Amino acid sequence: MPDYETFEYDVLVIGAGGAGLRAAIEASAAGVRVGLVCKSLLGKAHTVMAEGGIAAALANVDERDNWKVHFADTMRGGQYVNQWRMAELHAKEAPDRVRELEAWGAVFDRTKDGRILQRHFGGHKYPRLAHVGDRTGLEMIRTLQDHGVHQGIDVHMEHTILSLLKDSDRVVGAFGYERERGRFKIFRAKAVVLATGGVGRAYKITSNSWEYTGDGHTLAYEAGAELIDMEFIQFHPTGMVWPPSVMGILVTEGVRGEGGILTNNQGRRFMFDEIPEAYRAHTADSEEEGWRYCQGHKDARRPPELLTRDHVSRCIVREIKEGRGSPHGGVYLDISWIKQKIPNAVEHIKRKLPSMYHQFKQLADIDITEQPMEVGPTTHYIMGGVRVDPDTQMSRLPGLFAAGECAAGINGANRLGGNSLSDLLVFGKRAGEFAAKFAKENQHGSIEREKIDAVAREALAPFESAGRGSENPYVIQKDLQETMQNLVGIVRNEGEMREALEKIGKFKTRAEKAAVTGNREYNPGWHTAIDLKNLLTISEAITHAALERKESRGAQFRDDYPNKDDAFGKVNTIVSKASDGSMHVRLEPLPEMPDYLKQVIEENR
Amino acid sequence: MKTATFKIWRGDAKSGTFWDYTTDVAEGMVVLDAVHDIQRTKAPDLACRWNCKAGKCGSCSAEVNGMPKLMCMTRLSELPLEKPVTIEPMKAFPVIKDLVTDISWNFRVKKKIKPFKPRAPDAPDGTWRMEQEDIDRVQEFRKCIECYLCQDVCHVLRDHQMHEKFIGPRFLIHVAALEMHPLDTEDRIEELRNTQGIGYCNITKCCTKVCPESIQITDNGIIPLKERVVDDFYDPLGWFWRWLKKKLKS
Repeated sequence: MPDYETFEYDVLVIGAGGAGLRAAIEASAAGVRVGLVCKSLLGKAHTVMAEGGIAAALANVDERDNWKVHFADTMRGGQYVNQWRMAELHAKEAPDRVRELEAWGAVFDRTKDGRILQRHFGGHKYPRLAHVGDRTGLEMIRTLQDHGVHQGIDVHMEHTILSLLKDSDRVVGAFGYERERGRFKIFRAKAVVLATGGVGRAYKITSNSWEYTGDGHTLAYEAGAELIDMEFIQFHPTGMVWPPSVMGILVTEGVRGEGGILTNNQGRRFMFDEIPEAYRAHTADSEEEGWRYCQGHKDARRPPELLTRDHVSRCIVREIKEGRGSPHGGVYLDISWIKQKIPNAVEHIKRKLPSMYHQFKQLADIDITEQPMEVGPTTHYIMGGVRVDPDTQMSRLPGLFAAGECAAGINGANRLGGNSLSDLLVFGKRAGEFAAKFAKENQHGSIEREKIDAVAREALAPFESAGRGSENPYVIQKDLQETMQNLVGIVRNEGEMREALEKIGKFKTRAEKAAVTGNREYNPGWHTAIDLKNLLTISEAITHAALERKESRGAQFRDDYPNKDDAFGKVNTIVSKASDGSMHVRLEPLPEMPDYLKQVIEENR
Repeated sequence: MKTATFKIWRGDAKSGTFWDYTTDVAEGMVVLDAVHDIQRTKAPDLACRWNCKAGKCGSCSAEVNGMPKLMCMTRLSELPLEKPVTIEPMKAFPVIKDLVTDISWNFRVKKKIKPFKPRAPDAPDGTWRMEQEDIDRVQEFRKCIECYLCQDVCHVLRDHQMHEKFIGPRFLIHVAALEMHPLDTEDRIEELRNTQGIGYCNITKCCTKVCPESIQITDNGIIPLKERVVDDFYDPLGWFWRWLKKKLKS
């Protein structure tokens, strides 16, 4: 085997979305040498697609807001299986993280008195989302990127990590390849931060890009860390459904925050038909009250379209299943109706939702200021991920940290819109801070050359597999996506999930025969073949965890256990790799919430 | 089913040629869908960049029938499919492979631009106050998704290859966003004229025409910057003021 180019850092951050960039900035500020590896070009990570806003109790629009209300909203939205400490830190620190972005050049929309404007979003009691029209993620990633490039961080773009390197239990680096020439590289580091995002490419209908193949989840799992809450996948209620080529592309919740309504093919606002008990006191009684809420009237309660995403998705599925869907298998989302309510509605919509206007006009020939959109659920986010210490973000492996979507705990069974961007900032910062601290207290570990060579050989196997009986990696990926979509999707049951596990087993065998043509230079077929391993691992983890949770809660709905079960409300599912290499799942009691937080929840019932 | 033929440039830094691929056409398809179909079924090693598939990340820039476009936002229904659709990499940057170009120059240029430097906070809690109308223009510039189509079409870069002397429309807009940011206190006018080459832009507005975010690059960004340069360097009062500032600083 040849010599691999080797880099040495104090802290290596894997992933350059919001969490990775924020972690790298923080680690660099602590005075350590930082390397940042990302799968795409800098500034293209999935954060760029976030639309609606960043949730933080700034109380700029409604002075009644504070961290306690945000904490209570987050826990209620997560159906109380969240890690309370993460939800607490998040609610307390998010406002500072948003203000910091402004100090780094972000330009948020303004209130009349010149402060950061906040908008309504599902599950948030008060208008809480700092935003820039419907392109908040772009503003956030560009601000972090432009600030970050002046902090002395070494950036390795278009690199994919294949394996973490260990020195006994400690994680001491990573091994991967660069896309341009297909060469392998070693990154030695005293601490590693995973910030690789989610898993959406395991599903057929998704708002996620090709990058989202559960890389961080799998790297951590393979290295011996634990995954938690993997059954909880967020199906965002509003993805585009037509034309076929755009199916799954996100339609921001901001449409509903601005007053958009959901209707079925009979013109009925079906969201009023079923209001969950926990939200009854917070939900409008009439359409008029809902509208007044969106207009900022403080005595009004939220319209049912702004209930949590898990609930809205299920209501949409119900309408479609019972024959009340739109022609292309969705329901209607209408913002144009606000013309009846306000003057200059057309200009208002274009100003508040410019990229939605653009997206529908260009991709679907729909003018959203004139016509309703057709929407349906799309795989959007995974609440589950690497189990971390809430304060430091370190996994159970010394030196391995995780932040953002690939870490877990803050969201519980369902994430509130807007809490993801703030999660990236709050816990990205913490991961960077504590990774730097760990790096200062530890030396470089030693790495085993044979293990690296084995990873390289495995990665190159698809070039050797060509010939009879070989498999097209794109086809395996597509088959897996259909399996997960159909059998481990929004509505689940034991029989279908057992079938899924069986199929995943077969896909694994097929993946071993995945073959690619061409050479190692910028070869997407090869990259697809390599990513299969991660997709299969996380698909298996999701299915096992979903089987283990024999109840319906938040994003997990099982028609064989359609109700919530108090016993399952006290536990998390934990997935880890057993010593024989098999996947092990167990239930573990939630950490006990301290009294002062119980009181906060009671006060905000 | 209807089909279409795509002539896709394939090759590397040394050489390349057009390859013909035929694929089925479904309703609503965009050029990127066709490229993905071809990857899946005919050319698994066909290199292209993409991420969001919704016009938000600016990764899938290419030249479709000779026009700089985002492949994810170019619908096949807009193109004459009775003849082959050509897809080529951007021309202002060196080719890596197939549709993928080496755009690292852009990252190097950006790093050299002086970063945001805010004034002291307006309120005791460390926050600032800005009027919405004072940030509308800056927000327009900050819509930029860094697809670099404006760089690709700019003749100063594309035809004259003046990458060492001219930062291109993308970064003029970046400078404009910083210079017009109500909180910023930095001065970037001198390097705009000297090292960043704003004078090379002769406002043909090609950049504005190809911008997928419809940013008025020339009218709202470059021309006002040119005016600032003129005020500072060619207006005698401006010149004197600049001289005085320097003097006071030293």
